[in-house]
Formats: sequence, C-alpha cells, structure tokens
Amino acid sequence: MITSAHFMVLSAVLFFIGAVGVVTRRNLIVIFMSVEIMLNAGNLAFVAIANRLGTIDGQTIVFFVMTVAAAEAAVGLAVIIAMFRNAETIKADELSSLRW
Amino acid sequence: MSLWAIGAVKSLLVLVFVLQLSAFLLWIERKGSALIQNRIGANRANIFGVVPFNLGFLNTLVADPIKMFTKEDFIPAGCDRFLHALAPFMALFPALITFAAIPFGDSIVLGGETVELRVVDLDVGLLYILAMVSMGVYGAVIAGWASNNRWALLGSIRGSAQMISYELAMGLALVSVVLSYGTLDMQDMVHAQGRTVLGFLPAWGVFFQPVAFIIIFVAGMAESKRVPFDIPEAESELIAGYFTEYSGGKQASFMLADFAEVVVVAGLVTTLFFGGWQFPWLAADGFHLPLMGTIEVSALVVTLLQLMAFSLKVLFFCWLQILVRWTVPRFRYDQLMDLGWKGMLPIALANVVFTAALILARGEGS
Amino acid sequence: MSPLIFYPVAAAAVLSALAVVTARSPVRSAMALVATLVSLAACFAMLQAHLVAALQIIVYAGAVMVLFLFVIMLLNLQDDPPETGRAGLRFGAGGVAVVLAGGFAKVLWEHSAGDGAVLAESFGTTKVVARSLFSDYLVPFELTSVLLLVAVVGAVVLARRDDAPGQD
Repeated sequence: MITSAHFMVLSAVLFFIGAVGVVTRRNLIVIFMSVEIMLNAGNLAFVAIANRLGTIDGQTIVFFVMTVAAAEAAVGLAVIIAMFRNAETIKADELSSLRW
Repeated sequence: MSLWAIGAVKSLLVLVFVLQLSAFLLWIERKGSALIQNRIGANRANIFGVVPFNLGFLNTLVADPIKMFTKEDFIPAGCDRFLHALAPFMALFPALITFAAIPFGDSIVLGGETVELRVVDLDVGLLYILAMVSMGVYGAVIAGWASNNRWALLGSIRGSAQMISYELAMGLALVSVVLSYGTLDMQDMVHAQGRTVLGFLPAWGVFFQPVAFIIIFVAGMAESKRVPFDIPEAESELIAGYFTEYSGGKQASFMLADFAEVVVVAGLVTTLFFGGWQFPWLAADGFHLPLMGTIEVSALVVTLLQLMAFSLKVLFFCWLQILVRWTVPRFRYDQLMDLGWKGMLPIALANVVFTAALILARGEGS
Repeated sequence: MSPLIFYPVAAAAVLSALAVVTARSPVRSAMALVATLVSLAACFAMLQAHLVAALQIIVYAGAVMVLFLFVIMLLNLQDDPPETGRAGLRFGAGGVAVVLAGGFAKVLWEHSAGDGAVLAESFGTTKVVARSLFSDYLVPFELTSVLLLVAVVGAVVLARRDDAPGQD
C-alpha cells in the first residue's frame, strides 16, 4: 500500500538530486534545470501533504509555484541569452568579471 | 477484472481506429491531391504482379508501409544516436494517445455494467488534450537537433516557435469554449450538444462559438505542421526540414504522426463544435424529428448510429484538412507569425472577453 | 495507489533526474527533465491532483521546457567537456546530498506514516481547486498576473538586441 509518505520520500530524494546539480555543474542552463527539479520536488511534497491532510490548499500552492517557475524561466533564459551575447559563454565559472 | 478488460478493449479499439484512419488518409491524400491536380494518382501498386487488376486503395495501403519499412534505416554521421532514435516516438506517441479523452459514443449497458464509450473518464479531459498537443512539439525539436544537419535544425527551430505560438491562440479559444459549456469534461460537452435550439437546430457548439471553431481548426492545422503551415519542413527551402535525415521506418513514423494529428484535430473539432457522437435529433430512445413526431429506435441501433455519426464527422474534417492542404500555398515565416500573434491571438482574447461578458450579463455564472 | 504503478514511476523520476544532473549534452539534460516532469505529473495524478497533473504537463513540459530547448538550440550549445579537476567537490557534494536526503527521508517517513485523511470523490477536481484559488487565494492570484507581466517585459528587454533593425 502506497501512502503519501512514499511520495514525501521521493520528493526528498529528488530535491537533493537537484541540489547536487546546482552545486556541481558549470553550465548555467543545466544549473537552471536542476533548480527546476528542486522546485518540482517541493511541488510533489505540497501535493502529497494536501492528499494527507485532505485540504486543497497544497494543490493551490502548486499552481503559484508553477507560475513563478514559468516567470523565472522566461527571465532567467533571457538573462542567459544576454550573457551569451556579451561573454560568448554560459559556463558559470568563466563568467567571473565581477569577481574581485 | 472486467474493468481492466473493458479498458484494454476500448484503448485497442481507439488505437486501431486512429492508426487505420491515418493509413487510410495517406491513400486519400494521394488520390485527393491527384483529383485536385487533374492527375490519376497512385495506381500502379500491384501485389508481386500476381494480381492482374488494381485492387484500389488496398494495394496502396499495403504497398506503402512495406516500401517504407524495408528501406535502409539511415543514421547520419556525428549525430546523437539515442535522441535520433527517440524523436520519431516522441512525435508519434502523444498524437496517438490524445484520442483517449475523446468520447466516441454514449455510455452503453453491457452485461449489466455501464460502459462509457471513451478510453478514460477524465474530469480535465480538455486540458489533457491540450497537454498532449503541447507534448507533440518535442518530436520535431529533437529530430532536428539530433540530425546534425543545419537545415534540420532550422526546421526544428521554426517548428518549435510555430507550435508555441499557435498553442497560445488554441488555448485561449479553448477557454471560451470551456466558458460556454461550463465544463472541462468532453462527454458532458457532447451531452450538452444533444439538445435542439429553436425547435429544429441541433445545439452544436459551432453555432455558439463560431470564432473559436475557426481558431481551433486553423491552430490545429498549424499544430500538425501541414501545408499551409508546413514551414518546419518546407521542402523547397529546407530540403525536408526536421526529418531530412530520417529514412525508412522512422520517416514513416513521422508521416504517421502527421496523419494521426490530422485525425486528432478532426476528432477535437467534431467533439467540441459538431456534436461529437450526437446524431441530429437522435436521443437514447429514438428520433425526435421536428414537426414529424417521434420514431422509436432500439438501443443497439442508436449506439451504432452514434458511432457512425462520429466516424463520418471525423472523416469529413480529415478530408477538409486534406482539401486545404492541396489548395492553399505555404505561408512565409513572417506571415505565419503575424497570423498567429497579431491575428488569431487578439481575436481569441476578444472572444474570451465577449463570451465571459455574455455569460455574466445573462447571469448564468454561479 | 498500487505499488505496481508507484515504484516504476518513482524509479523513472529518480533516474531521469539523475540523468539531468549527469548528462553532458544540454539537450539530453532537457529531455531527461521532460521525463522527470512527466513522471511527477503521474505522481500528482496518483495523489488525486488531476488538474495539477494536467497543468504540470501543459505549463512545465509543454511550455517551459520547450523554451529551454529553444534557447539551447538558439545558442547552439555543444556538449560540455568531461568534468576534470573538481572531483573532490563532486564527490563531496554527492556524499553530503546522500546523507541529507537520507535524513530528510527518514524524518518525513516517520512523521507522515499511517493513513491520511479520507478524501472526497471530488478532491482535486477543477471545481474544488478553482474555488480555493478564487476565494482564499484571490489576492495572490491577482498578484501572479502582475508577476507574469513583469516577467514578460523583463524577458523582452533583456533578450532584445540593441542593434536590431527597427529599433531606435
């Protein structure tokens, strides 16, 4: 029998996979995608809690998370395009002109 | 147990319907284009020269797949082999499973159990269709990227831009349809179209949402990437666009996906705007003809008539799309984007506002 | 919820998430992320969140990921070179993540063991979610539209070429 606890564990595992991606990868787009995995792990936890408590709020929150993620993707990818135009690279450790 | 069995039978039935119709459309397209261009069309398919006479479309139906799947499966050098192999499936799969939410008949009683004549009973049926349509873009995008070919890549960039653009107009048009039906459930929509208005006119969605019908039909054709919206493959500019580097069975999969999308668009338009499986004036107990009284019909005949009505309507819209494909020239890229963003999107938005205002004015909102 | 459905879906989600993080080709990463998102949509559907599952595919898999792919193709990103040098960082991060994930999983498992609430048949349908969205969460919902407007304007300004024809 699968309960919401199983989904919570899955969400924890996914969250840390995403975190490893953010920390170890150098490609900005891949870092970005790892952030999306973390956001989605959070969404899964919200939905699992909504299912467990029998309240709909968890599902409503997911709606907002998705909207914010969509807005973030639009702006973030625009930033990446602008960076690529100026620096010809999207490697996080080569974009260091602001580092002193 | 029987639930699983019924589900399996229904999905198999729908899958076979879509696949068969897609293959059949290939033949219709050959003969139809010949008719329009004053040619004879495919007439040489012959079974090993044994059958001395032409069996009509049967020969072409058999010959085309055999020819396609026995050709060399060419894989270009320096491509991403995994993604190259994945792309045809990504194109075909969403197109085939979209039909699951489209009802093809009223619920029937079978051995004491009520069976809904559609594959899944979804509360969010229309959103499911929109979701699957939006997944269809990956086939084209991945195919172009994985082919290691400039033309293919150009084709897939065009394709992804086009499909995102027209999805917006389609989504907005669907919003106004949802507003006027008050449900996302497609079976409920078809039931709502079973009434008559003014005593004789079937209450088909097209009479209430004509603008949404045109937008969804056009956007649907754009989603299936066929002429006049075929700039992702534009054979005179990009060789064959995103599937330039595909041959044999994989290319057949792309063609099949195209035709399956044609069938899906036809099914969607039929269900939303032309009464789905509703036969005009036919209720569960028989015909209720205006001015002429009632004719009793048995339940089995009613079900058969509904299935037939649905198939004929779908076939008609498939034919309409093929007709458009062979009579209208291809758009230029900027014309296509203009039509999507400056033409259809504002109209769809205005339609949503108009519909919402009308519903509010009539006090139908709860 | 049958284990026969949950475990394959969960395995697909975890494996494709690992592929996102480890793949060297950005396009492969993106396709793996699409697989993760679709698996999560299946999880939402299992948790009686049908509307959220449909939105997940429309918004995330259908729109956001296409945008990612579009940008990857626009920039014509090639495969990343094999990671060298920072082996310590990678194994360190991996180790810490495994320990933390284990701890989180243990706590979550213990605190959410046992049966949850009994759900109504209509739980997670469009009507129920929409009622919550347009009553309790109306102000955040309206603010979201402002956020999206800001994002659209910001994206256009950022990605615009200064020397593009037609600009002043």
